[in-house]
Amino acid sequence: MIRFDDVVKQFGDHVVLDHLDFQVERGDRVTLIGPSGSGKTTILRLLMTLEKVNDGVIWVDGAPLTHEEKGSKLVPASEKYVRRIRRRIGMVFQQFNLFPNMNVIENITEAPIHVLGLDKAAAAKRARELLETVGLSDKETAHPTQLSGGQQQRVAIARALAMDPDILLLDEVTSALDPELVADVLDVLRDVARTTDITMLIVTHEMQFARDVSNRVMMFDAGRIVEEGDPATIFTAPKHERTKTFLKAVLAD
Amino acid sequence: MSAHWSWDRAFEALPVLLEGFKITLIATVLGFLISVVLGLVIALIRQAAPRWVSVPVRAVSEFIRLTPLVVQLLFVYYTFTGLSPLQIGVVVLGIHYSTYMAEVYRAGIEAVPVGQWEAARALSIAPTRTWRAIILPQAIRRVVPALGNYAVSMFKDTPFLFAITVVEMVTAAQQFGARHFQYLEPLTLAGVIFLLASYPTSLLIRRLERRLAR
Repeated sequence: MIRFDDVVKQFGDHVVLDHLDFQVERGDRVTLIGPSGSGKTTILRLLMTLEKVNDGVIWVDGAPLTHEEKGSKLVPASEKYVRRIRRRIGMVFQQFNLFPNMNVIENITEAPIHVLGLDKAAAAKRARELLETVGLSDKETAHPTQLSGGQQQRVAIARALAMDPDILLLDEVTSALDPELVADVLDVLRDVARTTDITMLIVTHEMQFARDVSNRVMMFDAGRIVEEGDPATIFTAPKHERTKTFLKAVLAD
Repeated sequence: MSAHWSWDRAFEALPVLLEGFKITLIATVLGFLISVVLGLVIALIRQAAPRWVSVPVRAVSEFIRLTPLVVQLLFVYYTFTGLSPLQIGVVVLGIHYSTYMAEVYRAGIEAVPVGQWEAARALSIAPTRTWRAIILPQAIRRVVPALGNYAVSMFKDTPFLFAITVVEMVTAAQQFGARHFQYLEPLTLAGVIFLLASYPTSLLIRRLERRLAR
């Protein structure tokens, strides 16, 4: 469903992704782990087209995300083309990024109404269902500033789900939260994982969560995959030295 | 001419001044409306238009911002004949201040966190909709007090319209003084009227500022 084909991304001289190849199948829940700066978040940002690749091609369902097929040649994608492909991808950010000038339900219905063309009533109905899923039915008309970080993040999850994405990108979604608010957010995501077949790419430091929801774990270091496998194997019997030291460090705190 | 304050003279001057104040108000309100709208247009062009548009617009707006208002008034007054002096005054005042307003809007737009753009992009919201529904409401909210301050400063710049024969309040005061060889009362009153109008406005802006900060 997603394929990175020899992808290179650099910021200035700093190579973040170094000729990266990997593939994610439909319905996969993949957790990306590794030290900060190893390129995990960049992978999500490339998929969301918040960044552009320097080289290589990213494929989503057989269509290139970064390029457009003109005849048999691949040319850099136009904004219009990218928007069409990107519509199937949703993202939840570390900093929530709710729109502060809109209340909760407006945040959730904005894109369904103005991008998918849903009518107001249908969009609101769907938004209410999603608010129930994330346990915030009573916050419909609240403004983001009136919500805790955990509540804001749950609204952000509902907002992403309202677009019915095939692929959901979770970028350190609990890193900005107070510890006591993390559990609620993770419970919601466990629920989403259990009740849908959305393909998920997850960057997180919550190893227990990663173990619970993912069927694959990829360990990154310096823009390359050093090891990958099912969570049981990676977490209990990692082969690579780099994975061992990393897990020892994260699980220690 | 004497420096003695005469209440009779003051009361005599008052209606003349209020007549002038009407012109002052008209120039301020209309000029402000032009500058608020045009300023936003300039800011948007500078942020979002292709370079061949944004670069010249930027150059012209810098030129206007960095040259004196009086020079611009006189220039337009002597080169355009189709408009009345007041019309010229309103338009020039509006254009002059729009270049300041554009800077204010720019700062407001740049203060919107990049995460807002990214969230909009992640939801595939089209650029025009992103500007209209997400970026501008947040940016404008931030800059309302600054726009208000420019309104006050514009109000205080209206006496420059005397240069193009518009009889606003200060010119009215001066003419009254010249007729009666008595400048003390009309000019004092003009100052008081300015203060009576600006002070509540600035209080209002401060209150607005506090409310919007919440």
